[in-house]
Amino acid sequence: MTVGLTHYLVVAALLFGLGLYGILTRRNAVAILMGIELMLNAANINLVAFNRYVAPAAVAGHVFALVVITLAACEAAVGLALVMAVYRNLETIHVDEINLMKW
Amino acid sequence: MVITAWIIPLLPFLAFWLILFFGRRLPGRGAYVAIGAMLLAALASFRLFLHLAGGGEPLHSRLDWLVLGERALAVGIQVDALTTVMLLVVTVVGSMIFIYSVGYMHGEARYPRFFAYMSLFAASMLLLVLADNFLFLYVGWELVGLCSYLLIGFYFDRPAAARASMKAFIVTRIGDVFMFAGILLIFFTIGELGFEETFAAVEQGRLSGGLLTAVALLLFGGAVGKSAQVPLHVWLPDAMEGPTPVSALIHAATMVAAGVYLVARLFLIFFASPGHGALTVVAWVGGISALMAATIAVVQDDIKRVMAYSTISQLGYMMLGLGTLGFTAGIFHLMTHAFFKALLFLGAGSVIHAMGTNDIKRMGGLARVMPSTYWTMLIGGLALAGIFPLAGFWSKDEILTEAFHNNPPLFYLGLVTSFITAFYVMRVMFYTFLGERRWEQSHGQPGSAHPHESPRVMTVPLWILAIFAAFIGMLGAPFLGNPFHAFVRFENGEAVPFNVTVAALSTAVALAGIAAAAALYRWRVISPATVRRALQPLTVLAERKYYFDDLYALTVVRPVMWATRALRVFDLYVIDGAVNLLGAVVVWLTRLYRVFDLYVVDGVVNLLAWVTGRLGAALRYVQTGRAENYLLAIAVGVILIILGGLVR
Amino acid sequence: MGELAAFIILSALTLIPAVVVVTSGNVVRAAMSLIPSFLGVTGLFVLLGAEFVAGIQILIYAGAIAVLILFVIMLTEGGTGLAIRQLNEQRLPGIVVAGALTIGLVVLVLRTAWPLTAGTLPASNVTAIGTAFLTDFILAFEISSLVLLVSLVGALVIARKEV
Repeated sequence: MTVGLTHYLVVAALLFGLGLYGILTRRNAVAILMGIELMLNAANINLVAFNRYVAPAAVAGHVFALVVITLAACEAAVGLALVMAVYRNLETIHVDEINLMKW
Repeated sequence: MVITAWIIPLLPFLAFWLILFFGRRLPGRGAYVAIGAMLLAALASFRLFLHLAGGGEPLHSRLDWLVLGERALAVGIQVDALTTVMLLVVTVVGSMIFIYSVGYMHGEARYPRFFAYMSLFAASMLLLVLADNFLFLYVGWELVGLCSYLLIGFYFDRPAAARASMKAFIVTRIGDVFMFAGILLIFFTIGELGFEETFAAVEQGRLSGGLLTAVALLLFGGAVGKSAQVPLHVWLPDAMEGPTPVSALIHAATMVAAGVYLVARLFLIFFASPGHGALTVVAWVGGISALMAATIAVVQDDIKRVMAYSTISQLGYMMLGLGTLGFTAGIFHLMTHAFFKALLFLGAGSVIHAMGTNDIKRMGGLARVMPSTYWTMLIGGLALAGIFPLAGFWSKDEILTEAFHNNPPLFYLGLVTSFITAFYVMRVMFYTFLGERRWEQSHGQPGSAHPHESPRVMTVPLWILAIFAAFIGMLGAPFLGNPFHAFVRFENGEAVPFNVTVAALSTAVALAGIAAAAALYRWRVISPATVRRALQPLTVLAERKYYFDDLYALTVVRPVMWATRALRVFDLYVIDGAVNLLGAVVVWLTRLYRVFDLYVVDGVVNLLAWVTGRLGAALRYVQTGRAENYLLAIAVGVILIILGGLVR
Repeated sequence: MGELAAFIILSALTLIPAVVVVTSGNVVRAAMSLIPSFLGVTGLFVLLGAEFVAGIQILIYAGAIAVLILFVIMLTEGGTGLAIRQLNEQRLPGIVVAGALTIGLVVLVLRTAWPLTAGTLPASNVTAIGTAFLTDFILAFEISSLVLLVSLVGALVIARKEV
């Protein structure tokens, strides 16, 4: 059978779910950021797949995916800078130990 | 002229208010204002007298006061012969007494208030005399009663004075109730309150027969109270607790004469009652009062008490005169009595002022020490006894002549009373002014040991009054044509001619009385103690004042006091009890409310707070401070949104 | 036929390292597993005819971001290599939620009637994208460059040592 839109979408969905699981369950702050990257990748797959199968005339999906990649890079940079700063002040990057805002 | 009449009572009334508010700052601390008002009123009265004596018409001035439906109740004043006589008596005697008071009341703390009250009294008496309707008459009547109360109780810190003022007020009040009933009867019968209308009704027969007699007797009830006739005479002797000028003005010359004036003013009502029934009652009441009071006066040792009983007696004479159709005689005696009785009282005051005591047994031989007082009092005393040619002779003689003609038994009564009158007044004179100086023996005892003549401000009025007491009787002298009779008379009455026999008899009786007094007290022919023992039962009766006070105490005072005590118990337990019960109930209700407030209202508020607290405590766990918890929440939220979108 | 095979292989290449990423106890291993996952995604892009995006994916994701992540792991405690518990107490809720979401998405995808259009992408990807960026999507282009600048400065500021 031919590879259709739904295949890609399912793969993307699975990747998204994995990324979500990673965010919710990991202790290491960087690991959470890695999960975020997976989720963003899943979104990119979706965008490009839709471009290919639903609106192949233009490249709007590609453009959108490129913007997402850009923003992912920015966000990763800033997030990792934050992790560095937190590590410097609190000596830990395990999110369950960073609870200064707890009541 | 009418304005003159209206301002006569207004002048002392104005003086009253001025002295009441500005007393201390006025000239003479209020005294000169009062005296000035009285003198001006006297001048105005004299003006009115000249107008009438010169043949002028009587004045009548009215105002519409109360409009009842279509009718208006008109009130006002009238000035006729009777009015001018009364006006002159009140203002002249009043002025003398006011001037005298400047000396007598000197040093008194409430000096201005004294003159304020006296001015109010003068205003009220003048209103009473000027009234042309029962309303003003009654208002003046009550006001003089009020002033009498205030002035008798002037030394209110003395319990005796306080009691005496209450006694006076209550006893005269009893008389006033009868008078008010009479006034109401008149109003309900003829619907008017004016004297003119009342007389017209009597003449037209609308007010006649038994009703008229009843009205007359009811009105006379008020006169009995005010003029201290039997049986309502008990207040006058006690009223001597007041200052002596008060006794002179109110309880000798003027207020007590108001009852006599009432009978005279309303003479037509009395005259028209069938068979002169009302007048007979008046005459007998007067006669009995005259005799009884004279006998009591004989055994009194307090100089003022003697004069008080003498006043009751002389008022009885006036009533006797009026009751035996002697209209002019009664009024004439009122006028002369005012002068010599005021003189006697002021003289007594002068003696008391000098001696510091009222007891004649502690005096004696004052004639040399206080000559002015002695001679003026002698003139007054002889006038009272009715010795020719002093004033009292003429007026008393006229009354006796009337009685002789119209009611012989009363003539003999009056004659006997004349004897006793001369006796007691001379007794007082002998004890006070002549004989040994009993006060010199009591050195070191309380009371003045160095009496001296009173200051001129007190003796000059005495002399002026003495001149009046001596010569005013000439106005009724037959050899001068009896001008008084021509001036003041009752139209329907016949004139009784001068009777030489009666005159001679009355003079002889008076001289006999003086001789008897001299025999006992001056020449010591018989000792007074012997006479007293001989007349033992009578003496006791007189000393006990015929047991009137005791009778009243038993029959009236005790039951009333019992009733007041019972009412007090009622007030204390029932009324106060009800109020306290209400209070207790309210307090109990508030306690109930407090419980409600505490548990329900506060409970709701506390519940709210508790719920908020619990909610907060529960919700606080959301704030874990951990990023992964928040991420989980976000993920769950996304799922819910998707589900929501799916469902829709 | 071949497309399908390629698809399956590439999907496996994407998903299996992704599992390692999210479950590995060793955070370095997790970070290293990111790279094959990204490569798999690149392959999928190529399969979808998005060459330029695939290139960029390699450059940025596998080249920059993964390296950056490794850097930070080394600089923080993860670099010690000690086996520390990596999973927190939200395991169960996490599984449930993620699973629910995945299942939901899959069901959604399979149920929906996608408006498929047959057609081909423009021949030259790069030209098309470049033209699109500078005409239709000029605003997005400019703003994303702005965002880059801001995040650059921000990262610098946040991460520098306090003097």
